[in-house]
Amino acid sequence: MTEAGREAPSPALPAHPRRDAVLPVRQRRVGWFPRHSILPGFGLSLGITLLVLSIIVLLPLAAMMGDATSLGWSGFTKLLASPRVQGAFRVSLVCSLLAAVTSAIFGLLIAWVLVRTRFPGRRLADAMVDLPFALPTAVAGIALSTLYAPNGWLGALLAPLGIHVAYTVAGVYVALTFVGLPFVVRSVQPVLQDLEAEQEEAATTLGANPLQIFRRVLLPAILPSLCSGFAMAFARALGEYGSVIFISSNRPMQSEIVPLLIVNRLEEFDFNGAAAIGTLMLVLSFCVLLGITLLQRLTLSPRHA
Amino acid sequence: MVGKYPLSRRAAVRLGAAGLGASAFAARRSSALAGVRKTLLNVSYDPTRELYADYDSAFATLWKRKTGDDLAVRVSNGGSGAQARAVISGLDADIVTLALAYDIDAIAKSGLLSTAWQERLPDNSTPYTSTIVFLVRAGNPRGIKDWPDLIRSGVQVVMPSPKTSGGARWGFLAAYGWALEEYGGSPAKADAYAKALLQNVPVLDAGSRGATLTFTRRGIGDVLISWENEAHLAIAQGGKNFEIVTPSISILAEPPVAVVDKVADRRGTRAIAEAYLQNLYTPASQEICARHFYRPRLTEVAQRFAAQFPAIKMFTIATFGGWTTAQQRFFADGGVFDQVYGGSR
Amino acid sequence: MRDRAASPHQGGWTIALIAVALLFMTLFLLLPLVTVFAQAFASGIPAYLAGIADPNALSAIRLTLLVAAVTLVVNVIFGLAASWCLARFAFPGRSLILTVLDLPFSVSPVVAGLMLVLLYGRQGWFGQWLETHDLRIIFALPGMIIATIFVTLPFVARELIPLMQEQGAEEEEAAILLGASGWQTFLRVTLPKLRWGLLYGVLLSNARAMGEFGAVSVVSGNILGLTDTMPLHIRAMYDDYNIVAAFAVASLLACLALLTLVAKTILERRFLGAQREARIA
Repeated sequence: MTEAGREAPSPALPAHPRRDAVLPVRQRRVGWFPRHSILPGFGLSLGITLLVLSIIVLLPLAAMMGDATSLGWSGFTKLLASPRVQGAFRVSLVCSLLAAVTSAIFGLLIAWVLVRTRFPGRRLADAMVDLPFALPTAVAGIALSTLYAPNGWLGALLAPLGIHVAYTVAGVYVALTFVGLPFVVRSVQPVLQDLEAEQEEAATTLGANPLQIFRRVLLPAILPSLCSGFAMAFARALGEYGSVIFISSNRPMQSEIVPLLIVNRLEEFDFNGAAAIGTLMLVLSFCVLLGITLLQRLTLSPRHA
Repeated sequence: MVGKYPLSRRAAVRLGAAGLGASAFAARRSSALAGVRKTLLNVSYDPTRELYADYDSAFATLWKRKTGDDLAVRVSNGGSGAQARAVISGLDADIVTLALAYDIDAIAKSGLLSTAWQERLPDNSTPYTSTIVFLVRAGNPRGIKDWPDLIRSGVQVVMPSPKTSGGARWGFLAAYGWALEEYGGSPAKADAYAKALLQNVPVLDAGSRGATLTFTRRGIGDVLISWENEAHLAIAQGGKNFEIVTPSISILAEPPVAVVDKVADRRGTRAIAEAYLQNLYTPASQEICARHFYRPRLTEVAQRFAAQFPAIKMFTIATFGGWTTAQQRFFADGGVFDQVYGGSR
Repeated sequence: MRDRAASPHQGGWTIALIAVALLFMTLFLLLPLVTVFAQAFASGIPAYLAGIADPNALSAIRLTLLVAAVTLVVNVIFGLAASWCLARFAFPGRSLILTVLDLPFSVSPVVAGLMLVLLYGRQGWFGQWLETHDLRIIFALPGMIIATIFVTLPFVARELIPLMQEQGAEEEEAAILLGASGWQTFLRVTLPKLRWGLLYGVLLSNARAMGEFGAVSVVSGNILGLTDTMPLHIRAMYDDYNIVAAFAVASLLACLALLTLVAKTILERRFLGAQREARIA
């Protein structure tokens, strides 16, 4: 037991969904979970859990899928073939991907800087990383759009260069990067912390240049956690709505993201269409979720095997 | 209380006043206790916030005087289509005051009110009208005078998306109607004009207010295709930064109002709801409308505010065969808007 | 004690990397935050106060607090129940429940709102039934609460499950064997061990609950002063030429976010301290 305790993950709590800390069932130690436990309360706690999950999650899910199927196969394929739907998925996927890549690159950098270096204000910076988790998306949306508008602080600097962020697809990218950043930092940070700094130092003494150290020493060790942070940032970006609608120009096929398309479908009284697109999104998120789970197995296996 | 046949305007005014008294009496009898606090929910579209804020307090005062009951009118504002959707899904609106008849038709189709709702109040149940004008930057630096100026290269036009905004549908049809007239009724040429116009549109906001803010606050675009009342409001808010340009021809925009039968009956608010709408046709209320830059229906009020509303040659939605036909032809999936918009990129 | 970064890198490379990281954080995190406060106070303090003291703003604040409070109670009860059965017992379907539990994290908030409309809307599954019984779910308080619970459901449970697993069941088993009742064991043995984790989960779920926009915007009827939460009120004011009022209310939420960050930092230290002590013992 003390053994397990010592192995338990992360000196720093990963901020958000602590998915990585849940032991997948297959790796569960049977000794911890006696099949016939002497502990009481199983029925009650399972009952509450199932009740809440059914009412809050499963029932609405069923309603949406039911509505989507009423569209029929031909309606569904017609929907998929619609340029506007394809456009929205393209915008959402491309922007989310780019934003997640940006989050991965800078998130990794920030995590490394926070763990490996000392500078005044480091603690403050560390706490600030979680801002996108804590700041409501609508607030982030109006703040970013004010900031990047042609008459905003940053927009005014960029406008002479011909770069327009607010009310273009670039705005979508900026907003999605904002919401995704902490996922990467908080995934990578604990792994970096557990990693011996000595390895990097030894490599330096042996004459490796920083790029070599990064590629040979750092990257292999943190890759799984980086990927899982990337996937979480991507999943979050796909579903994001509040911050995007304020900063995007919301043009069909140009900067209309899928969640906005769903809202617009509703406003055009197309409930089935909205449900079908919602279901498609759900399938997509589920695939990403599956990807995260698989990645986490990779992340966990060396530490819990 | 109000017949299912069109009424002359003057008769309506009289009837409105009489109706208010009668229905007030009815309401008083129905609520055994005087001094009961009643609430009414008016679900409206975006640019009417200020208008109904004023009208609601005026009506509540009137109602209190007539019946002794306290009345709290609540408002919900949003894009016209979004609001109609919410009512269809169960938002308890006693009254809807939306941007175009199609949206109330959609509510009627869901069974919440009679499909003949437009015949219940005078002027097709539109107590005030508006039109589509251009808002340009002070001094009109791009020299925008009329519809053809909007398709000049380099002119940036801001308008909301006709898919979600009622104002944008009126605006699109105003442009299309001008083009039809200009090109001898050729739809192909009108399509080409609409396509060129949309190519100049950098932003399609979801609602009128969003588009106005994009133009005024964010400084995007050279011209905003806007509701007349919204343009006046922008000037009232934005000082001397903007001016209004009226095109040579535009559309008579008729934002309709209706009582949502099922909701009003269930909540027992029909009497108040009908009085609320009928009262919109009285001179005092028409003046409130005019003060908020909606064109009043009542001639005497219209004359007093004539300076504020330049005479524009206007065509009506009947040019396009009414809203049901127009919606199908222009704004449904695969309609004219989709064709010219999809083709413009 | 476990601080392995005790011998940090220094040098030109490092300083450059720190500079890039801080620049990025300034652009993407700090500036938006500063913007909120700058805009809120752009027209002076009286305008700021007027924006907050507006009756509709006050009712939005009240509604937000109410929704958050109900959400919190449900999340705590659900979180404790879910972690108890999922971390203490092995049973078929356990991993399925864990997957379903994660769904709200990956479902777009808009889709969450949509599902509720399709379920409780007038034309939805329960629409007719609700109408005949004169019950309101969407465009009223219940719908907004359900939407908020949906998006925050996993926070507390996901915090507690790993914690409970890590702690093991020995102490509870001992208590039961010594004759304590189930509730006694739960209240005296389990809960005290979970308190920091619980608080941490509550903190995260609360930040999200008070700031939720997408899901709530679909099921709120935007009735001024009645179904507007703070984020929705911010949008309404923002659309209503009242940018100072929008940012004034936004600044309250930004303060909440900052408080959350501070509390989280403190909790992480205490929490970790407690965990370390447990490890040493």
